[in-house]
Amino acid sequence: MADSQTIGNRTRGMGEIVDVAGKVTETAPFGNTLAEMAKTRPEIVGLTADMGRYSDILPFRDAHPDRFFNVGMAEQNLIMVAAGLAKSGKIAYCTTYSVFITRRAYDFVAIACAHSMANVKIFAGMPGLVNGYGATHQATEDINMMRGIADLTIIDPCDATEFKQVVRAVADIPGTVYVRNLRGKVPVELPEDYRFEVGKAKVLREGDGEIGIISTGYMSARGLDAAKMAESDGKNVGVLHVGTIKPFDTAGVIAFAKRYKQLIIAENHKTTGGLATLVIEALYEAGIQKPLVKIGLADSFFECGSQEYLESKYAVDIPRFMTAIRDGV
Amino acid sequence: MLRSNFPPATANLEELGARALNLRRKMMHMASGKGEGYIAQGLGIADCLAAIYFHELRHDPARPDWPDRDRFLLSTGHYSIAMYAVLAEAGYLSDDELPTYGLNGSALPMSTFDETVGVEIVGGSLGHGLGQAVGMALALRLDKSSARVFCEFSDGELDEGSTWEAAMGAATFKCDNLVALIDCNGIQADGPVTVAIEPVADKMTAFGFETYEVNGNDMAALVDALGKCREPNGKPKAIVLRTTPGFGVPTIMARDRAHFVRVGNDEWDSLIEELERENG
Repeated sequence: MADSQTIGNRTRGMGEIVDVAGKVTETAPFGNTLAEMAKTRPEIVGLTADMGRYSDILPFRDAHPDRFFNVGMAEQNLIMVAAGLAKSGKIAYCTTYSVFITRRAYDFVAIACAHSMANVKIFAGMPGLVNGYGATHQATEDINMMRGIADLTIIDPCDATEFKQVVRAVADIPGTVYVRNLRGKVPVELPEDYRFEVGKAKVLREGDGEIGIISTGYMSARGLDAAKMAESDGKNVGVLHVGTIKPFDTAGVIAFAKRYKQLIIAENHKTTGGLATLVIEALYEAGIQKPLVKIGLADSFFECGSQEYLESKYAVDIPRFMTAIRDGV
Repeated sequence: MLRSNFPPATANLEELGARALNLRRKMMHMASGKGEGYIAQGLGIADCLAAIYFHELRHDPARPDWPDRDRFLLSTGHYSIAMYAVLAEAGYLSDDELPTYGLNGSALPMSTFDETVGVEIVGGSLGHGLGQAVGMALALRLDKSSARVFCEFSDGELDEGSTWEAAMGAATFKCDNLVALIDCNGIQADGPVTVAIEPVADKMTAFGFETYEVNGNDMAALVDALGKCREPNGKPKAIVLRTTPGFGVPTIMARDRAHFVRVGNDEWDSLIEELERENG
């Protein structure tokens, strides 16, 4: 349990990953990539619901002001307007916080967008436990909610390298896509030759067959860090990054799981209804039973506080990974 | 095609009236085949649809995906019976398809989906229309198209907060190529409209719309109001349509519960006769 008096109290950058010390980072990969690609793709438009600054879409606004629309604090309208633009030939990138997309505008994503395979690309800010504003701002069940929508693609990128590829790739993925946004100074974790493929889980590190981490989002970066740290204990831990939550790469996950005696499933999300649930379903249906540890959030609402404090208290930080690797619990 | 050439300045009211009657005939036959339906709303909106599709709308049934077509969005998906009638009358659908309305496996379901040719959006989850109309209006403006967007929605949908979010958006983005057609027929699923939505016209005006209020079953008034909505003056337009549910069939007009009409098979024939007797 974290000591609230000894851990930093500042919330720092709104919705930014905090453990970036000593890492190379890229600033605002979403908005910068979108602004660049839109130079040659006039059909791209950008929208926000008063969250331009905190979603990093402002570089796009500054580069293409005539194609940028801020609808104000009206998330239902954000999705409707995006759907209308998409149904008239545009590719609509839209942004606000995950909580408002999922909890407030769900019906509009399902019916106005996904049902029509509308080219709406939702970049959902601050997914999971990535800010200190409490349950009102922490989308800790967004994957669980969104994976219930048919024909919706869901992507949870790992780092800046993958995320920039995702920003470009979603333009050509048919239909509506929900991406868990990474904002601010986003760490570069994956090598330059990493290639995102929609619907494909990627082995980031092959281990010795003892312990394998199956993870998504920036928890895959944390898994990689933990695997490196475990080398000093003589452990060689594998890491599989499930960058696309839906469609789920059942074959890739099963193939990886078969190679390891013990699994750790890690996600920046509740352990109910997200990656852990998907993996366990896949394992069960394949007739595979393995000892496994789930790293993620409890089925609860969470409080306000600094990122370090919350991640420590709710056990999604590096020490939690080390406990899982060393002790198997 | 330039906006100045279309729509025509004058309307043939007699022809439009005949079109509206044809829509009502098609609807009555669809409802009799299914044995039930949202016929009261359909009969009420028939005059508006005739005015839109046969006078105001720039469209081509041979090219339903024509980028520069005017869009008509039906937000009230349960008015599908009226939508199919006008799409058949205009040539998007075949009359032969209409008897399948609402039957299992039909391509003409009880609520509208955009798989049906000529249907622009999935209607029925109420409060979804106007915001999508705003998005389409913005896309047309970006493409420098002179096409316009007409969005029908109901007084019941004024209960939905999303409608007002969209109304503010239309005014904010100065969507003067957007016309809201608000069917105020006074009924909802549970009976009369109960939420304090009036005064609708004043509210739309306050939200930044150039607003007109007409008897939605008066063809001359409809055509006149639509003509006033052509001005590209920086303001979205709204026409508040005061319609009578079941218009044209007095027995349906007189029903207390008109939201969903289900009568015996033998009664449909007499209702169809009533339509012809009253409007023949």
